[in-house]
Amino acid sequence: MRYLRGIYIIWLREVIRFFREKTRIVGMLGQPLLYLLIVGNGLAATFKVPDAPPGFSYVQFMYPGILGMAVLFTSIYSAISIVWDREFGFLKEVLVAPVPRWTVAVGKALGGSTVAVMQGTIFILLAPLIGVALSPLMVLKLMGVLLVMAFAITSLGITIASRMETMEGFQMIMNFLIMPLFFLSGAMFPLRGVAPWMETLMRLDPLTYGVDALRNIMYGDTPLRDFLVQFSLGLDLLVVAAMALLFVGTGALAFNRQD
Amino acid sequence: MSDAVIQVENLVRKFKDLTAVRGVSFQVARGEVFGFLGPNGAGKSTTIKMLATLLKPTAGRALINGYDVVRQQDRVRRSIGLVFQDPSLDERLTARENLFFHAMLYNVESRVFKRRMQEMVEMVELTDRLNDPVKYFSGGMKRRLEIARGFLHYPQVLFLDEPTVGLDPQTRSKIWEYIHALRQRENITIFMTTHYMEEAENCHRIAIIDHGEIVAMDTPANLKKLVGGDIITILTTRAGEMADRLAERFGLRAAGQGNILRVEVEQGEAFIPLLVREMGEDIKSVTLHKPSLDDVFLKLTGREIREESVSAVDRIRVFRRGRRR
Ligand SMILES: Nc1ncnc2c1ncn2[C@@H]1O[C@H](COP(=O)(O)OP(=O)(O)OP(=O)(O)O)[C@@H](O)[C@H]1O
Ligand SMILES: [Mg+2]
Repeated sequence: MRYLRGIYIIWLREVIRFFREKTRIVGMLGQPLLYLLIVGNGLAATFKVPDAPPGFSYVQFMYPGILGMAVLFTSIYSAISIVWDREFGFLKEVLVAPVPRWTVAVGKALGGSTVAVMQGTIFILLAPLIGVALSPLMVLKLMGVLLVMAFAITSLGITIASRMETMEGFQMIMNFLIMPLFFLSGAMFPLRGVAPWMETLMRLDPLTYGVDALRNIMYGDTPLRDFLVQFSLGLDLLVVAAMALLFVGTGALAFNRQD
Repeated sequence: MSDAVIQVENLVRKFKDLTAVRGVSFQVARGEVFGFLGPNGAGKSTTIKMLATLLKPTAGRALINGYDVVRQQDRVRRSIGLVFQDPSLDERLTARENLFFHAMLYNVESRVFKRRMQEMVEMVELTDRLNDPVKYFSGGMKRRLEIARGFLHYPQVLFLDEPTVGLDPQTRSKIWEYIHALRQRENITIFMTTHYMEEAENCHRIAIIDHGEIVAMDTPANLKKLVGGDIITILTTRAGEMADRLAERFGLRAAGQGNILRVEVEQGEAFIPLLVREMGEDIKSVTLHKPSLDDVFLKLTGREIREESVSAVDRIRVFRRGRRR
């Protein structure tokens, strides 16, 4: 009970704060839309995908990738807000309270992923506008995968942010961790056809499996499956779930440590 | 002394090669107001953080409410409340939400919370601001809300780290009114730090701390006796003659130059009427200076406590601290 209480409080605060930040909602929603409309259309016009089956459009390929991106950035942003919490003191108030510290990490991860999934869901609901057809069941499955992905990424962010004293390190993490994770995930271009060293890196990027899971759900039953999907849904889910477990563990450990 | 609610033995805290707290020992009785008085960087906040389980002691032992701050952290946390030196409210939330989250964290039952919240915000006069986001509060209002929050969950021991720093004198004395009223009613023990001398006067006992060590510990009145009695300065027309009469009549040795005489007595306010009755016709004016804790600090450490008069050594320390960041 005590554990649930700690987790619930931190989660609730995260969600309340999200709804207070109108600019954040707009910004986080606008970014993936921009990517999809500008980059997606631009690339679609420039690149001719070789041996593309009939009925393929680049937007179909990119849409799940952008969905993954939206969740990635939102999750990282939520996690990094720990640094603000520390600077503006709220974290101290929580750390002297009689709730176990690891519940703070878990609550934060759940809060961050809730927010990320809310944004992902809005993005999913926009799918018909860009010609992607989704059934209600697909939407639920997508939300489930997004939740686990977001939980894993927020937990990773929390692990890193728990040692960060100032926001100055944020740009470093964006440039050297988050952007590479994103570009190597197959969100923007497919694994097949890239140089072998790059393919290895892409196979090592856990996010690759998250994005692939989304494609599995959306295109698993269509003729495009063999062209768009890399791995089996089972493998994808296994990797994403393992990532979530691993990082929530490191996040909780990082929080439990006392100076 | 098992009735002591705070027991500290040889507490030490090092940060790399800097020893912020160098083996402090003290005990605080239940219901007592105990204060740490010392200049910037003396180790006051570091001590509080160790007692509140935010920092691990490098050596030594501390018990709060009978619980060890290293091995029984959860029990210690349930026993204490803490008002941090730096702000710790969530600015995006309203005052009510801040209090609500606090109550949840400390598992205050919701019925109890509602009553207690009303009582606390009434005390700090924020009832009509309960639903406003904290970011629109003034500094004094935020501080009052933090103090209300500290009392919200009925702590046994409340730590106040420079509770009134940066507030105007009216607000400061108001805050002390609340604190004293609540302490008496609920028998809460208060551990506070300050570098305001006047504020230290609110304590039953004070430890003067400098460079991580306790250099003196006693009641404010007894500490002041360390510097001697009250100083009476007399402006007179016949200094020489009066000095003789003071020696003869009261056994006092007067110092002074020109037409000013200075004598040290134990109870200045009681002595002045006697003085005036005996030799009023020769006196033009009398001033009484009661020794302050400033004088005590100066005497014990050779330095003034206030920031305005940092010594050269302090300035170098501040400079180094700035560069280390
Ligand atoms: N986390 C830390 N890492 C390194 N040094 C620290 C840390 N916290 C405090 N110190 C150092 O320990 C010493 C004591 O600091 P502390 O905050 O306890 O002083 P203080 O008495 O509360 O001062 P003030 O009146 O300015 O609040 C200072 O020299 C400070 O620089
Ligand atoms: Mg301090």
